[in-house]
Amino acid sequence: MYGNDFSAPNGAPDETPGGLLGEVEAAEAELRAAAARGRRGGPAPDEDLAAYFAEVVDAEQKIEPRDWMPDAYRRTLIRQIAQHAHSEIIGMQPEGNWISRAPSLKRKAILLAKVQDEAGHGLYLYAAAETLGISRDELVQLLLDGRQKYSSIFNYPTLSWADVGAIGWLVDGAAIVNQVPLCRCSYGPYARAMIRVCKEESFHQRQGYEILHTLAHGTPAQHAMAQDAVDRWWYPSLAMFGPPDGDSTHSAQSMAWKIKRFSNDDLRQRFVDMCVQQAEILGLRIPDADLRWNDERQAYDYTQPDYDELMRVISGDGPCNRERIANRRAAHADGAWVREAAVAYAAKRAGQKETVTA
Amino acid sequence: MTSHSPLWEVFVRARRGLSHTHVGSLHAPDAELALRNARDLYTRRQEGVSIWVVPAGTITASSPDEKDAFFDPAADKVYRHPTFYDVPDGVAHL
Repeated sequence: MYGNDFSAPNGAPDETPGGLLGEVEAAEAELRAAAARGRRGGPAPDEDLAAYFAEVVDAEQKIEPRDWMPDAYRRTLIRQIAQHAHSEIIGMQPEGNWISRAPSLKRKAILLAKVQDEAGHGLYLYAAAETLGISRDELVQLLLDGRQKYSSIFNYPTLSWADVGAIGWLVDGAAIVNQVPLCRCSYGPYARAMIRVCKEESFHQRQGYEILHTLAHGTPAQHAMAQDAVDRWWYPSLAMFGPPDGDSTHSAQSMAWKIKRFSNDDLRQRFVDMCVQQAEILGLRIPDADLRWNDERQAYDYTQPDYDELMRVISGDGPCNRERIANRRAAHADGAWVREAAVAYAAKRAGQKETVTA
Repeated sequence: MTSHSPLWEVFVRARRGLSHTHVGSLHAPDAELALRNARDLYTRRQEGVSIWVVPAGTITASSPDEKDAFFDPAADKVYRHPTFYDVPDGVAHL
C-alpha cells in the first residue's frame, strides 16, 4: 500500500493486454529477461561502489540481498516493505470482523481464504524485509510499539456486510494499482514477493466486486446497503495513494532507485479512471458530484480526498486505530504460549535425538 | 519468540519433472513445523507437489563481492563450448 509505481516501458500502462494481471505477467517475464541478459560481474576492487550500484539499477537489473547498496536505499526498503507487511497483517481485522456473520457458507469459506491470503502476504513481505538484515522480532515490535505505520485504510470500520464487498472492490483494487508496479522494483526479493501477492490479489478484488454486484441487484434495501458502503469507502480508498505529489516526501529518491515508478497522483488517476465504468455496471454511484470526463486530458476530473484526514488517521487518530493495535497486541500476547510450546517441543525432540545418537 | 525459532529457506517442486525452486523463507521451531508452515504459506493454490525446507543458517553462499575472482577460472575457457570449434562444410552428425 505504501510503495507505488507503475511501469510501462512500451507505452502507457493501459495499453498492456490483459489488464493489471497481464502487467504482473509482463513484470515476471521482464524479471526473467533481465536475468537472462546477464549482468556484469561484481565491482572491481578499486571501483566506486555507488557508481556500480547505480549502473546495475540503471540497467534494470535486480539488487540482491548480499549486494552492496547505499544505506539509505536499505533503510527506505526496510521501512516500505515492513509497513506493507504490517498493512497486510492489520488488514485481516476489518474483514475478519465479518467471518462469523457471512451470509452463506460459500461467502464464509471465500472470506476465510481471503483473510488467510492476507496473512500469507504479510509473511512473504516480512521474509523479504528480513533479507535486508532486520529480524522478524524487531519488525513485529516496531508495529506493536507504533513506531512503524500501516495503511490508513484499515483504521476505518466495517459496518455492514456490503463493506466486505467495498473493501474487495475499492481497497484491494487500489492496492493492486499501487502494487503492480512494485513487481518491477529494483530489489529482487521485494519484486518477487510482489509478483506472488499481485497474482493472489486479483481474486480478492473480484470476490468483492461480485458481493457488491449481487447486493446492488437485490432488494432496494440491499442496493442501499451497497451504495452506503461505496459512499464510505470511496474517499479513504483514494487517500491510499498517499499525499499529492507536491507533498510526497519520499517520492523523488524512490523513483531514482526504481523502488517506485509512478507518482501518487498518476496512480490515483489511473484508479479513478478504472472505477468509473466498473461502478456503472454495478449500478452504484461514485459519491463525487464533480466526477466527469475531461476530453482534453483523456481522463476523469475528480474530487481529491481530504488529505488532512489522511494525516490525522496515519498519525493515530482514525476511527479504529486504537482498536486495531490493541487487537494485534492481544493476539501476539495470547499466542505467546503456543510459540513457546512449539520451541520447547522442538528442543525436547532435539535432545532425545542426541541421547539416541550418543 | 523467533529468536529461538530459526529461519528456513523453502524450495518447491512445481510439477513432476521440474527441479525444486527457491520460493521464499519462513520461521519455525523445527523441520516438521517448517514443512507444514511452508505448505500453508507457499502452496495454498496447488503450486507444488514437493517441498524442501532447509535451515537458512546452514547455507553457505558465495558473495557477489567475490563474484569476479570466484568465477574467473571459467571466464577464459571458451573451448568448453561447442561453438568454439570450426566445423568444415559438409560434415554431418557433429
